[in-house]
Amino acid sequence: MRIAVLSGKGGTGKTLISVNLAAAAQTSIYVDCDVEEPNGHLFFKPEGVQDEETAINIPSVDEELCNGCRICVDFCNFNALAYINGKLKIFEEVCHSCGGCALFCPENALSEKDKFIGKVQKGVSDNVTVNTGILNIGEASGIPLIKKLLNENELAGGSPTFIDCPPGSACIVMESIKDADYCILVAEPTLFGVHNLNMVYELVKLFDKPHGVVLNKCLEGENPAEEFCLEKGIRILGRIPFDDELGILNSNAQIAVREKEKYRTMFSSLLQIVTEEVRHETVANP
Amino acid sequence: MKQLLILSGKGGTGKTTLAGAFIKLADARAYADCDVDAPNLHLIMDQSSEPKRTGYCGLPKAEIDTQLCVQCDLCRNYCRFDAIKNHHEYQVDGYACEGCGVCQAVCPVNAVSLKPAVDGELRLYSDGSRVFSTAQLKMGSGTSGMLVTEVKRQMRSVIVDGKLAVIDGSPGIGCPVIASISGVDMVLIVAEPSISGVSDMERIIKTAQTFQTKMAVCINKYDINPEKTQKIKLFCQGRGIPIVGRIPFDAEAVKAVNNGQAIVDLDCASGRAAREVYDQTIKILFNNIAL
Amino acid sequence: MRIAIPVDEKSIGASVCQSFGRAPYFLIYDTDSKESEFINNSAAASQGGAGIKTAQAVVDYRIGALLTPRCGENASEVINAANIKIYKTTDASAPDNINAFINGKLSLLDEIHRGFHNHGSK
Repeated sequence: MRIAVLSGKGGTGKTLISVNLAAAAQTSIYVDCDVEEPNGHLFFKPEGVQDEETAINIPSVDEELCNGCRICVDFCNFNALAYINGKLKIFEEVCHSCGGCALFCPENALSEKDKFIGKVQKGVSDNVTVNTGILNIGEASGIPLIKKLLNENELAGGSPTFIDCPPGSACIVMESIKDADYCILVAEPTLFGVHNLNMVYELVKLFDKPHGVVLNKCLEGENPAEEFCLEKGIRILGRIPFDDELGILNSNAQIAVREKEKYRTMFSSLLQIVTEEVRHETVANP
Repeated sequence: MKQLLILSGKGGTGKTTLAGAFIKLADARAYADCDVDAPNLHLIMDQSSEPKRTGYCGLPKAEIDTQLCVQCDLCRNYCRFDAIKNHHEYQVDGYACEGCGVCQAVCPVNAVSLKPAVDGELRLYSDGSRVFSTAQLKMGSGTSGMLVTEVKRQMRSVIVDGKLAVIDGSPGIGCPVIASISGVDMVLIVAEPSISGVSDMERIIKTAQTFQTKMAVCINKYDINPEKTQKIKLFCQGRGIPIVGRIPFDAEAVKAVNNGQAIVDLDCASGRAAREVYDQTIKILFNNIAL
Repeated sequence: MRIAIPVDEKSIGASVCQSFGRAPYFLIYDTDSKESEFINNSAAASQGGAGIKTAQAVVDYRIGALLTPRCGENASEVINAANIKIYKTTDASAPDNINAFINGKLSLLDEIHRGFHNHGSK
């Protein structure tokens, strides 16, 4: 069972919810796909951490073999190559690793080498296996890291997997929810929250993913996000009130479920609702 | 005109709310929303007119002519992005395709071509004296630094009076953020006092430092965790980054946003603090010269 | 010697384009023959790496100097590899900058901005 937690807007509580759901389960896997700003590991403080560097392929030229035909320069749609003063120059950060230049070089002067873009960190925190992707600073795209995180996570014995997604609704989010069985959309009760909820709602509809909403930071009075859900007929999975105590636990990167019984009860019942939903969806659409 | 970019690393720290306040306080004539993934600034800035809309084409995408395709499987084999699918017939997954052209080049029967694809929309609000540039990336599209660059270019395309342009940035540290920093005069980072907030702030500061742009930090919702607020202060002091103010958590701010207003439109604690942040930021941006 | 300047339009009095990689045209001026010609910059429409491709095109034109208001990291790397000097233009028109260059009034561009990082996607 793979459950992706997403929200169009940052800071609505994706990490709060995915971390606490993972902690509330008997055994589970938590995967942090917000590789630009991974935060889940700050909460779990996993032990026995092992790093695995993740690389992409970039071209490398053998100047002895290069005859300056420029086929690679002309081929590259990303303009990552230039041929100047009898030498091929390669701009690594512009390269998309398509492999075309090496493939089409008639002299076999181009080969590919690894360029490290970040790492996948794996560790254990009590009942939770914690997998985190961390993008190196200055790298443009975390997609290869996310692919690696989710590919490796070939579900061990059916433990539920909680995927903490990056904010937004761009390709990086899509990559994160691609193989999810269910999507939890987290929304906060503001106009911004509703606008961005609408975006991820459109995204999960586009990819035909079963989904429900958790309303976070609920205050007294009207909740535009709730109104939106009612209007669109979106299942509301739960409401988390705005609460100073939860706020302070969260800001200190403490896992509420592990600190206070009342939060364990709250997230356990949310987990149960979500599990039911997933089961229902799998029965309805096997 | 000086360009001020508001960033945060972590989402939800209050970039857009603060950008809205700055625009009001400066009576800024030029502003832009570079969070093309999840633009919000337009929700709190009143626009009297309909925007000029321009389709934004990202990278072209491959298309397979199934009439010509001989199912040789070469394209699928060579595609590094797993973008070629074979369900009964060969098709390109437009979300995965990066437009590199390898499939086109390996196809023995010329069945593959690259076609322009609309990835989003640029919106330009302008009444001659004021310009607001924003965009919306299409869902599932590549997070695009190019579109961010276009948003900034679009803002500069209308010449207006005024000394300050305010740019609302996007969360993260990747391509769109890098594109948004390029060429601005100053970056204001909105930090939140939590362990996550501090971690993200450190990453965005490292990213911004490689540009050697002027930088300052303000702390939002500083009172939710005084200990972490102190940590942010120490971190910034250690690196010579000025702290231009602290804004308290304020339920009034939520009300302002939900009414489509800036926090400085209401008489509230967060609005007053935002004024202070604004004054300090402007001093640094203009080297103490009054606006 | 031939010199290149990014320009906004194909006219003799053209203004200097503020972007190097995204300039629609280049004015190529030959200081010996005093002839001008305009070339289209096909790289202006590229998704990413426009500066690199533009620089390659300018270098292939066998110029001796580039006059531009700004130049990105990648483009300057290409230009420098070709041993071509980059001079900073002033706010004036393209011909005014050419005259200033001939009279030795332009200084070398010392400020290279970091790439715009125009990855089209991902």
